[in-house]
Formats: sequence, C-alpha cells, structure tokens
Amino acid sequence: MRRSRFPIVVTAVVMAFFYLPIFILVANSFNPARFSSRWQGFSLIWYARLFESPEIWQALKNTLIIAVSVTAVSVVLGTAAAFALHRYGSSRLQRIHYTLIYQPLVVPEILMGISLLMFFVAAGVPLGLFTIFLAHVTFCVSYVAMTVLARLQDFDFSVIEAARDLGASPWQSARKVLLPMLMPGIVAGALLAFTLSVDDFVITFFVAGPGSTTLPLRIYSMIKYGAPPMINALSTLLLAVTLTAVLLSQRLANRRYDAGNSGT
Amino acid sequence: MGSKMGSSLLRRRRAEWLVSLPTLVWLGLFVVIPTLLVFVIAFRPANPYGGIGGGWTLDTIRALWTPSYLAIVGRTLWVSLLTTFLCLVLAVPTGYSIARASTKWRNRLLLLVIVPFWTSFLVRVFAWKSLLHPEGPIKRVLEALGLVGPETTLLYNPTAVVLVMVYTFLPFTILPIYAAAEKFDFRLVEAARDLGARPFQAFRRVFLPGIRRGILTAFLVVFIPALGSYIIPDLVGGPAGEMLGNKIAQRVFTDRNLPHASALSAILVLAVLAPLIADLTLQRKNKKAEIIMGEAP
Repeated sequence: MRRSRFPIVVTAVVMAFFYLPIFILVANSFNPARFSSRWQGFSLIWYARLFESPEIWQALKNTLIIAVSVTAVSVVLGTAAAFALHRYGSSRLQRIHYTLIYQPLVVPEILMGISLLMFFVAAGVPLGLFTIFLAHVTFCVSYVAMTVLARLQDFDFSVIEAARDLGASPWQSARKVLLPMLMPGIVAGALLAFTLSVDDFVITFFVAGPGSTTLPLRIYSMIKYGAPPMINALSTLLLAVTLTAVLLSQRLANRRYDAGNSGT
Repeated sequence: MGSKMGSSLLRRRRAEWLVSLPTLVWLGLFVVIPTLLVFVIAFRPANPYGGIGGGWTLDTIRALWTPSYLAIVGRTLWVSLLTTFLCLVLAVPTGYSIARASTKWRNRLLLLVIVPFWTSFLVRVFAWKSLLHPEGPIKRVLEALGLVGPETTLLYNPTAVVLVMVYTFLPFTILPIYAAAEKFDFRLVEAARDLGARPFQAFRRVFLPGIRRGILTAFLVVFIPALGSYIIPDLVGGPAGEMLGNKIAQRVFTDRNLPHASALSAILVLAVLAPLIADLTLQRKNKKAEIIMGEAP
C-alpha cells in the first residue's frame, strides 16, 4: 500500500513559505541598491549607516536597560510562582494563581497594552521606561513560570526532605539543593524573558512615553515612514541575536536534569 | 497529635501564601485591575484633554452601534476565521508528515517550525511588506507572467492581511497538530485502508477525528490572537484592511478618546472569551459523555 505524497509536498511548500521571505530579507541587507529589486553586488553600506545612526544607539540602550531589569525581576517572581504552583498544586489558591498566570499567555497583546495604558493613566503614573518595565514583567513572569514549572514536573521533592532530615534549614535546602537542580530551567526562562522583552512591540507601543523609544518602536517607525535598506540590516542583526538565544535556551531546556546537575 | 498536625498545616498554608503572594499581587495589580478598568472606563465620558471625565454615560456604547463599526467587527471576524481555516488546511498535512517522519527528520522539521516562531514579529511582517511592494519580486514575477497589470497593488487590502497573518500564525498551528498526530495510532489508518477505504476517506474519517483535540487547540491558538491583530493590518492592510485592533489604537493615539478605545476593547474581550468558554464547556460535556459511556478520559 503506497502512502500519499501529498502531505510531504505540502510540508516542503510550507517550509519554503517560512524561509524564503527571511532569506530574501537577509540577502537584501547586503545589497547596495536603494530599492532592492536587483542584486548590485555585496556591500556593508547599510550596516555602516545603521551604526552611524544615534537614534538606533539610543533605542538599543533603552531596550537593553528594560530587558535586563525585566529579566532579573521576572525570573525571581516566575520561579517563586512555579514553585508555588508545583508544590501546592491542587489548592484553591493555586488554581486562582494558575488562572492569573495563564491569562497573559492567551489574551491578545493589544488588550494587555490598552488595559495597562488605562491603568497608568488612571493611576497618574507618567509613561516612560518605568511603565514599559512594569508591562514587560507582567507578561514575562508567565513565560518564566511555565518554563520553570515544566522543569519542576520531573523534580523529586524527597531530595528536599532528605536535606531537611540531614539538618539543613528550609532556606539552606532551597538554596543548596532545589536551586541548582532548577538552574537549567531558570536560565531557559531568563533567556525567554529577555528575548520577549527585546522583541515586544504592541504592549510597548501603548505604554511608552516621550524619550522611551525601544528598538522595536524604532523599527516600526522606520517601516512606516520608509528606510527599507537599513531595516534589512537591523533585522538581520536581530535575527542573528535571537537565533543564538533560542538555540542556547533550547539546549538548556532539553538537558536532562541529572546531566544538568553533574557539575555540582 | 491533632494540634501538632494543625500547626504544621498552618505552617504549610503560611509558606504557600508567602511564595504565591508576589505574583498574586503583581498580576492582580497589572492584569486584573486594568482589565476591570477597561469595562469601567467604557461607561465614562471623555474629557477634552484626552483623559477620562467624571460621571457615567451610555453615549460611548451607543456610538459604537453604527454601520462603520459593525463593518470593522465583521471584517475582524471573517479575516480571523479565514486565517485560522487556511492555517489549519496547511498545518494538518504538515503536522501529519512530521509525525510520520523518521526521528532524525522529525527533529529537523520541528526545529524548522520553531525558529520562525522566535524570530522578531516585526521583522517577519516587514519581510512580506517588501516582498509585496510595488517594486518587489512578487509583483515583478506576476507581471512577467501576465497575471496582474502594472496598476495592481498587492499591498493594502484584506488579502495581504490574510496572507501575512497565515505566515506569522502557521507555526503556532503546526505544533498542536503535530503533538496530537504524534500520539495518534496510525495502524487505525492502515486498518481502514485494508477494509477498502480510499486514502482520502481514511484521512477524513479516521485521522481527522483522531486528532480533533489538537485541531481545536490549534484553532484557539490562531483565532484568539488573530482577533487582536494590530501590526499586520496596520502595516500591510491600509484603510481597506483595518481591524478592531487598529480602531482601538486610532481612538487612543489619534483622537485621544480613551472611553471609546475602552468600549472597543470590551467588545474584543467578549469576542476572545466566547471561543474560550465554548471550548471549556465542550470539554466538560465530552468528559461527562465519556464517563457515562465508560470510556477512559
């Protein structure tokens, strides 16, 4: 009995559909032509222009300040949340907790952006880097919590009890036993939070104020008001950075925890 | 003994509250209160300075009941439904062949599906904007083939919106379909073929029902964010391709009318909740039916 070739053909078409646009974009970033319709040889001119632009550097600085602080705060909050969800799983409090953490993952970004904007306006918080920070932590916590929770699923809590029996204080057993075992999950969550913060446009767009332009906001206005070859170059750099982060986090998330723990 | 157990239970409760409190407070403050606020502000008047006035009014809600808004709501629904349908049509065969591939190819294909999922959303939309540009490659090819005239614009219409939305949402559709297909027992398809079913019949009557849970998840994962689309209709849709998300942003940034934006967002919240609640009730009903029929859940 011969299997139909149809699904394989569709799969090949889908993969081409995924990668051709990105491929053309990366190729065009090295094309000196203003309207990238014809290949005019390899050039780094758009990269040079990009590095000369002070707005890009300012936007990059803002993006990194936000992403680093968001990652730090959401990793702490998200890890504590994942621990609570796993340890006290079936209680009513944790069911509410889970629903709350799940919500930012399903609700469309624009709703989160608009509701936070209303909240900041009503509360009289001036819009700027700080409001972007608050907004980013709000959705990053959920992603960190889910990543760490996945890691906790195969954690054996009798190890903690053994540490306690051997005289460790609750704090010691958490710091010296639980934390090292959870580390790969936490690092994967941190990379995820960092990437999401660096990449976010919609929510940032709503809660940003004057002088708090981030890289995606900058890219958006470049797309909207036209500077195509420079965006090609910037996009290519961005792709390189996120791809590295993804591959790193994939590797960490996939590592079994006995392997992850072999160093300690 | 009883009191000792009581006190350890109390300690457990206290520890539970202690680790849960930070996220509960944070998400309560920045998710629950803002969401409720959207509904409250929809009933407030706007003030001329772009803020929120005092008192209560139904004017905003009345202002929404006009043909132009209803047309936007209608377009948002059909663009999202069409996107979801096309994603499913492409994702089912792809998920199927990934699930049937050898381990080596399966991992490769999965990585290929996951990578676009992570690359910057804006970058992916921009890539399509330059492809569809009047001087871009697609227009040239179509013109050379005589399929379109020099006046046709590929950008700024609902078709461009659907195309780019399918592009950005397809990875999210493939993953749940693949997850369901991977658990599917393919011997059932072979049995159907042995009993005389044609390939398409076996696919439609055996495989599709077998992965229906994955199809439902994929549907929700695409349909819900599609309803809230903003970037794609804004960058490739133009006025003819506007969706609810664009109207919300216009009310905020162009007219500075927050109550209007709130009322539109409230409609979006309800549109998002409807399929989620439908899915939950459906699941509950299925579970009940399974218990009655004595099947394992």
